[in-house]
Parts: sequence; C-alpha cells; structure tokens
Amino acid sequence: MNPWPFVVAAYAVAVGLTGALLLWAFASMRRAEAAADALKRK
Amino acid sequence: MHALANPARFLRIARPATTWLLLVGLVLAVVGMAAGLTLTPPDYLQGDTVRIMYIHVPSAWLGMAGWMGIAAASISQLVWRHPLAAVAGRAVAPAGATFAGICLITGSIWGRPTWGTWWEWDGRLTSMLVLFFLYLGYIALGSAERERGGEGRITAIYGVVGAINLPIIHYSVLWWRTLHQGESIGLTGSTIDNSILWPLPLTMVGFTCLFAAAALMRMRAELAEAKVEARMRRMGAQ
Repeated sequence: MNPWPFVVAAYAVAVGLTGALLLWAFASMRRAEAAADALKRK
Repeated sequence: MHALANPARFLRIARPATTWLLLVGLVLAVVGMAAGLTLTPPDYLQGDTVRIMYIHVPSAWLGMAGWMGIAAASISQLVWRHPLAAVAGRAVAPAGATFAGICLITGSIWGRPTWGTWWEWDGRLTSMLVLFFLYLGYIALGSAERERGGEGRITAIYGVVGAINLPIIHYSVLWWRTLHQGESIGLTGSTIDNSILWPLPLTMVGFTCLFAAAALMRMRAELAEAKVEARMRRMGAQ
C-alpha cells in the first residue's frame, strides 16, 4: 500500500483545520474590536 | 494570575503576545512539518506513514492540554471568582475541539495503512472521541449560559467534571491493551530513535503557540463583545 496519499491527507487535514481555526479567531477578533472602537468614537 | 484580572492590563499584554505567538508558531510548525516530511528517514516497520506522527502527537497533546486549561480556568472561576476565567475557558474550547478533531482524523488516517482499519473502539480512540464530544457540550453550554446572562458557573462545573476523562485518556493504553500502541514518549525519555524524533519538538511548540494565539484572539473578541454589549445597555437605559 502506497503510504503517501495517507500522509498527504493527514497533513492537509491538520493544516486546513488549524488555518480555518486561526482565520475564524482572527476575523471574529477584528470584527468585535472594530465594533467596540466604532462605539467608543460615537 | 490575579495581576491579569484587570481586562485593560490583560489586553496590554495580549495584543503583542498574539502577534508573537502567531509568528513563532507559524515558523516552527512549518519548519517542523517540512523536516518531518523530507529530512527524516522512514521507520523500519511503519515506513513513511510514521511522518503522520509530527502532526498527530501535537494535536493529541493540545486536545488534552486544552481541557486542562478549561479545568484550571473553571477552578479559578469557582474558587477565586477570577473575572477573566470564564472568558478564558470559552476561548480555549474551540481550539481544543479543533485539535481533538485533528487528532481523531489524523489517527484514523494513520490507522488505515498501519492497523488495516479506519476505526476501532479501542480505549484510547474512544476516550479521545469522548473528549471531542465534551468540548462540543462545553461550547454549547458556555454560549447558552452567556446568552442568558449567567455567570458561567454550570459551565465551570462541567469543565471540572469533564477533567475526569484526562487520566482515562492518558492511562487507556495501559489499562486496555488493544490496537493503540503504548507510550513511546515519556518524561524521562523516548523509545523513538533521535533521527526520527527531532522534528517533533518543533511541531509540538509550533502548534502550541498557534493554539495559544487562537485562544488569545478569542479572548480579545469576547472582551470586545462584552464592552459593546455593556455600552449598548447603558445607551438603552438613558
């Protein structure tokens, strides 16, 4: 059995899910901090 | 811990820490994974599938460490009423769930060529799946309690009780000897040869930094949302 498709799939899952987590956390932080700053300026 | 009880002081430290954790984490994780894929020799028994170890082991560690963080935050909330403890617990949960999920999926992918099966109801696999569901329950309970304006005490109690699963995961390979291999890396040493082992600390530290960055970003988001909600309530009352 060729092991490389399994290795590549495992790395794709790890990189994809970690990237998605970081992007979601970053986007939600930026959105919330921008809303708080906008309210402070009012 | 109590020095960080003031959200303004916490944010002064969290803002630069987020950037540094992201940068250091990305560099170490990428270097570790690249080294694990290209520079290390294949294992004499498992061949190239052993390379899955460099992402599977850090995700297993972070899945468990995440719940240790939740349990510590929950105790801090219940005993000392630390004002940021509930926020910290809720911020850690999505990252912990993600890494527990990565651990389950990469373990399943590793299991197919090594054991000949995608899944087995073995002690380690089952207790890790239970941890993943505990995370989902914690996230649901935390957001439900927050929406109702609760202090998060029920969620904190759930966080402490759920920690019972951590020693079960750790000792499962000793208590029920089924498919999953026993402990290969301990506090005093490792049974894995150094020529294969060396990229693992890089990915362990790298993914840990990324986990911490994600948790800090979620804490910052929750604190900003709380600030907006408080302001809106004040404006509504006027």
